[in-house]
Amino acid sequence: MVISLVREHTERIKPPRALWVPFQLGRPLGAPDDAAFQTRVLRAALALFTAPAGPIIGDFEEDAPGADPDDYSGWVCPVALPAPPDGTAVPGSLLAQVQAEIDSLAPWYDLARERRGRTTVGVSGLSVVDAAAFLIRFLDDPEIESPDPALSVAHAAKFAADDLKAWYFEAATARPGADGSVPLNDWFWQETAAGRLLLSLSAVCRGIDAPVMQWLADKALVPRSHHHLIP
Amino acid sequence: MVRLSDLSESEAAHILSVPCTDNDGSPWTVAPDAASIRLAIVTTAGLSRRDDPAFKPSSTDYRVVPADVPTSDLLMTHVSTNFDRSGFQQDINVVFPIDRLRELADAGDIGSVAALHYSFMGAAEPEKLEAKSRELAGLLKEDRVNAVLLTPV
Repeated sequence: MVISLVREHTERIKPPRALWVPFQLGRPLGAPDDAAFQTRVLRAALALFTAPAGPIIGDFEEDAPGADPDDYSGWVCPVALPAPPDGTAVPGSLLAQVQAEIDSLAPWYDLARERRGRTTVGVSGLSVVDAAAFLIRFLDDPEIESPDPALSVAHAAKFAADDLKAWYFEAATARPGADGSVPLNDWFWQETAAGRLLLSLSAVCRGIDAPVMQWLADKALVPRSHHHLIP
Repeated sequence: MVRLSDLSESEAAHILSVPCTDNDGSPWTVAPDAASIRLAIVTTAGLSRRDDPAFKPSSTDYRVVPADVPTSDLLMTHVSTNFDRSGFQQDINVVFPIDRLRELADAGDIGSVAALHYSFMGAAEPEKLEAKSRELAGLLKEDRVNAVLLTPV
């Protein structure tokens, strides 16, 4: 049984049983913290086990809670952060701004971690402050050594960036009502110094003639939906 | 979302350009009765335990996710930045619906939940996943699994 997020792909692959769902990529069960909705999705999938023949694609037509932009346009970050620096900020001042953001958001990250009993931060093995500091050193000098001897500096930067993003997103969703990801992404990429750091890093990597740096610039730091913000 | 018609033209074009296997047909077996279903999750979300090696862009192997693993032990090390992670960050069941499956087993919708579940990282070319997928099928049979829920991201 396959949950299908892209019906066009499923029609080509032809798994025996698939349930197409109209949810955004990354959310095959539709919505966080909505057990009833998730159960409806699973029951619709399980119902396809009674189909007499296949391949069969069932359609789950119910949109996920929070998928309508009107439902989450009122989301705001729990704390008001200063305006992010412009593209000319030097690494030292950028680090200071990111650290100030982390200090402001830390109580909300701690609250989210306590309520959920988990965090998804930890891929890089660095604390969020150390991850930010490493990324800023990398921004200043892309030839620095990797903090993890088992990883290239580019892959270490990818994981540090993943942790930085996860930390900010977990803090920002500590309050109820953050169902949709669009305002979260817009907030991170347009209104935070951490987002500005990763956008600047992408720009630097784009200028380095090495496949791993091009991968980092184009695929590993900034989502395609926000590439237009890369300076 | 994701109806392709809801996406920008470039986003929709990119999704349709992702390598995708064209199968002429589909294997078919009659599903077991609900009470006999032993279900495992196989996800392509790039989930791994904190002590597991992280997935890399070329990874074609899988990680084992025991049903009783503390959710605090699970990370997402998928290489792509182009799907939402905030749902998973808030509630693991958005990607890995282990709690919902336990409830469905308790309610009698399925017979039982497998002891072991698995995660690939869905960024490799599909053909390169075949060897490990066949290996995984053998492991599922050993766990008496007779139905699998595949969750993408």
